[in-house]
Amino acid sequence: MRHWVRTIWNTRGLARWILLAGLVLVVAFVVMAVLAPWIAPYDFNQTRVDGDKLPKLAHPSGEHWLGTNDQFFDIWSRVVWGARTALEVIVLSVLFSILIGVPLGLVSGFIGGWADRALVFVMDSLYALPSLLLAIVFSFLLRDALGGGIVAAALSLTCIYIPQYFRVVRNTTVSVKQSVYVEAARAIGAPPTTIMRKYLFGNVVQSVPVIGTLNAADALSTLAALGFLGFGIQPTEASEWGYDLSRALDDAQAGTWWPALFPGLAIILLITGLTLVGEGLNETLNPSLRRRRLVPVRMPAMGPSDHYGALPTPGRGPGGRP
Amino acid sequence: MPTKPETPTTGTTTGTDDVVRISDLDVHFALQGSALARLLGRRGRTVKAIDGVNLGLRRGEVLGLVGESGSGKTTLGRAVLGLVPSTAGSITYHGRDRGEVVVSELAGRELRRLRTDMQMVFQDPGAALNPGMTIEEAVGHPLVIHRGLKGEELRGRVAAALEKVGLAPVERYLSKYPADLSGGQKQRAVIARAIILEPEVVIADEPVSMLDMSVRAKILQLMLDLKDELQLTYVYITHDLASAKYVCDRIAIMYLGRIVEIGPTQEIFDNPRHPYTQALLKAIPEPDPDRMVPRDLPRGEIPDAAEPPLGCSFHPRCPQAVAECGWESRDLRALLEEHWTRNPEATYGAERDMVGDLDKLDKPELSAHVGTKDAAGTLALLNRIKAEKPDEPFWRGVETLEEDGNGVAITFTEPTDPALRRAGGVDVACVLYPDPAD
Amino acid sequence: MKPDDVVITAEDLRVWYGTAGDPVRAVDGVSFELRAGEILGLVGESGCGKSTLGRGLLGLMPDGAERDGRLLFRDKDMLTLKRREQIALRGRELGLIFQEPLTRLNPLMRISEHFSETLKAHERGITKDQIEHRSLEALRLMGIPPTRYKAFPHEFSGGMRQRLMIALTLVLRPSFVVADEPTTALDVLVEAQIIRMLHDLRDTYETSLLLITHNLGIIAEACDRVAVMYAGRIVEIGDAKTVFRDPQHPYTRELLRSTISLRTTGLNYIEGAPPDLSDPPPGCRFHPRCPDAMEVCAVRVPEPRQQPNGSRTECWAADQANGLVTLTENERIPLAKEVIAVADEA
Repeated sequence: MRHWVRTIWNTRGLARWILLAGLVLVVAFVVMAVLAPWIAPYDFNQTRVDGDKLPKLAHPSGEHWLGTNDQFFDIWSRVVWGARTALEVIVLSVLFSILIGVPLGLVSGFIGGWADRALVFVMDSLYALPSLLLAIVFSFLLRDALGGGIVAAALSLTCIYIPQYFRVVRNTTVSVKQSVYVEAARAIGAPPTTIMRKYLFGNVVQSVPVIGTLNAADALSTLAALGFLGFGIQPTEASEWGYDLSRALDDAQAGTWWPALFPGLAIILLITGLTLVGEGLNETLNPSLRRRRLVPVRMPAMGPSDHYGALPTPGRGPGGRP
Repeated sequence: MPTKPETPTTGTTTGTDDVVRISDLDVHFALQGSALARLLGRRGRTVKAIDGVNLGLRRGEVLGLVGESGSGKTTLGRAVLGLVPSTAGSITYHGRDRGEVVVSELAGRELRRLRTDMQMVFQDPGAALNPGMTIEEAVGHPLVIHRGLKGEELRGRVAAALEKVGLAPVERYLSKYPADLSGGQKQRAVIARAIILEPEVVIADEPVSMLDMSVRAKILQLMLDLKDELQLTYVYITHDLASAKYVCDRIAIMYLGRIVEIGPTQEIFDNPRHPYTQALLKAIPEPDPDRMVPRDLPRGEIPDAAEPPLGCSFHPRCPQAVAECGWESRDLRALLEEHWTRNPEATYGAERDMVGDLDKLDKPELSAHVGTKDAAGTLALLNRIKAEKPDEPFWRGVETLEEDGNGVAITFTEPTDPALRRAGGVDVACVLYPDPAD
Repeated sequence: MKPDDVVITAEDLRVWYGTAGDPVRAVDGVSFELRAGEILGLVGESGCGKSTLGRGLLGLMPDGAERDGRLLFRDKDMLTLKRREQIALRGRELGLIFQEPLTRLNPLMRISEHFSETLKAHERGITKDQIEHRSLEALRLMGIPPTRYKAFPHEFSGGMRQRLMIALTLVLRPSFVVADEPTTALDVLVEAQIIRMLHDLRDTYETSLLLITHNLGIIAEACDRVAVMYAGRIVEIGDAKTVFRDPQHPYTRELLRSTISLRTTGLNYIEGAPPDLSDPPPGCRFHPRCPDAMEVCAVRVPEPRQQPNGSRTECWAADQANGLVTLTENERIPLAKEVIAVADEA
């Protein structure tokens, strides 16, 4: 762990800028999400203020910074609350995927045999299916049990990403299992659970942070797609950018651009931010193109005692040139 | 100076004070066949990494297992610890506290319990330590696993072990990671981990071959000192005969899964009997400028372990082979290829058509057939080859050599697979030394 | 080629690597000559710079590395050659044999294709027949039968692959070959076969060979001259027999003593570890570990001098013992060194 922190701190060049740019974007949205109750003037589904209905499709103004949409919602509030929704879903889904996929991959890779082969088959099949379709299917299945809220959305996304963690961790485990230090662990009598915990785990999860951030970006785009199609979070449960976008498209053709632009922009910016963080981390932790900044070599002229010159004749005095 | 046990050490005969006894041990690995073979359900080939080994390890000795790659020495070391499963035969451990235990039948928790008595030192110290664990964690882990120690008591024992191996002052090393240490220091840590449970037997697998020359002696000396201090028994696995000579009381020379010669160190070096041992001794580069590069070494290389030569595995390379050493069709191919390598290019061009398809000879058989319709030409070729080098051991194994309509048919003498037999002060697996039991 | 034809001249050659901090002075002032048909052994422990020197001579250096000094191949100045000329020389005149031959052989190409590619790249207008003839000849000399000409690399065993790589290097008849630990990964018997073949090369091809290894035994058996390298410098160079029988530099002596051979009767080692090449010690680089160190050794860099026995070495103790210099009373006081703990060992 400390190795990673040190590497990230010391990174230079392109990787560093990518990472920083991404972090700036992501942190902005995180702040937005955390401070939502204080930043957003209205609640996510608030259509009335003091009994008066909010205007419909009002232009952006001092009153409503980003305008209002056709459901009488204040767009700025929807964007802010949407940030909270987005981040909650992303964090939950990625977390669940990791909590399921990583241990499964570790154990499967370690045990091997038919159980491993069966799991690999299942995971590869899941991985091969288009993620959006899978998400839609899961969302249907879970809707009856869990309603249309954040947890249901997160869980439908979880299943899509489990195979990725499983594959990477399982494959790394299979190769690390051959290492001498794992054999040494067996030689000192460590039971299998200890070997997995202390000798394998730390050495097979290097890819997980990068996959996690890239998954987060993908999760958001899938969530937005689900919302756009009407399968995602129901508007009664929370504010969701994709849903707003779907409602705004008809109006956009008529010339009202603001209900579509701002949720759309929010989606793009957060996905970009997450992707930049992921790529930046990738460059930093797994350098393929990373070039360490090397100090150019400058050789001082050789001093008299460094010189060989012509082969010296015997009997010459110490130091000095003849 | 190397320590000499009181009892005269002779051969492999199991004595009364054997701490580990290996009987008729076989360790076979299945090779993955080609994809097609697997699809068709055909089993792949097996590699006989260990092929019938009998060995007794005496308490308090340093036994050397010397051999090149593919000799099985590494596998044998791991089999003693139960790190690789045995296919046949048995390995019995006679512990001082534990009594008699058949290692080859243990599994799971019982096998792990044995680790308190038998431990291993590995070849690559950098690879043998978990990069994510500090030295304190790594060296102390055996105590955590087997004795459940923690806290101050654990640290105290770890510190004591580090001091024993010379990693002092211990505070400097406890919190370091393997990447922060040099090769010699890492190997000391590996040794500390191996002895912290005070085992009886330590298998050392090429412990110094990856270290610089200037440090090797230090680590070897450390191991010898620990042996006296902790009453250890060592199995020293190496390909370097020179260090084995210094460190070992007895040496077993291994070739392709068998022990071909075993005996007291001095005897092996003063009077090597097996042709392979003789070759090894001649081939070791000595830093003596008056020595020239040896010229009369056996040709060829270690053969494929999945399809070892018939009879004695060393026979294709042996300058002293005789009729019953196991001559077969592949030796004929080798003979032809060697002839063409010796002679100028034009010879190959002229003669290649006389022998037909040589790939037929790749399956080991006691009879072979080469040639085409021009059987006389083929026969003449073979006689020419014989005339070029009449001492070639190959010819001693040829039983019949005659033309048939399609070429030349050759049969070879029935092979003998030599078992270890007593010859003077050693046991050797070679027909050149008649078995006194016969 | 006349027998005293000098093929390589190096004078004050330096190869420094760039790092994030101070440069690593892997080769820090090396001078030697190599004649046609001569085998020079370069021996030293890990981290002494011998591999860097071998590759630096051929211009094969990682990014950020710089060369300095004087390096002549015959009469060509290697350090100022344009890149294209350098590439043309490599293979044709300058050859390299690696430790692990698999890295050089393309598993999808037959041996015949490897030879064909190599020959066609360097000898324009060579015909197919000539290619086959040259290739089979090279294979024959390395003991590989002509029946294997169309085989793939994976069909060869380790030792045969190394012989194959040597054949590929030699088919172009280069004048100078660097062999970097060519047999370290091979078994003892195969190693002896290959060393013998390399040794016989100069009779067949008059190739000059720089044999880099950490194995003193190979050097003694196969080399005409030997250069001992420590911390980026050649501390002793001379005729092989002379250096082994009468080593002048304490490092050479200690290295010989710590080598375990069949005649070893006691275990010896050298205390401490080779220095950090980005920050070598002042004065003589070996002084922290040297049993003969004097006060002057920690302060002044010893000058390379020809000793009476013919070797060139850089050591105040050797100079003093052989009457080549006169040191003051103070300079000759034995150096009180800190006890070298295990903490500093290699």
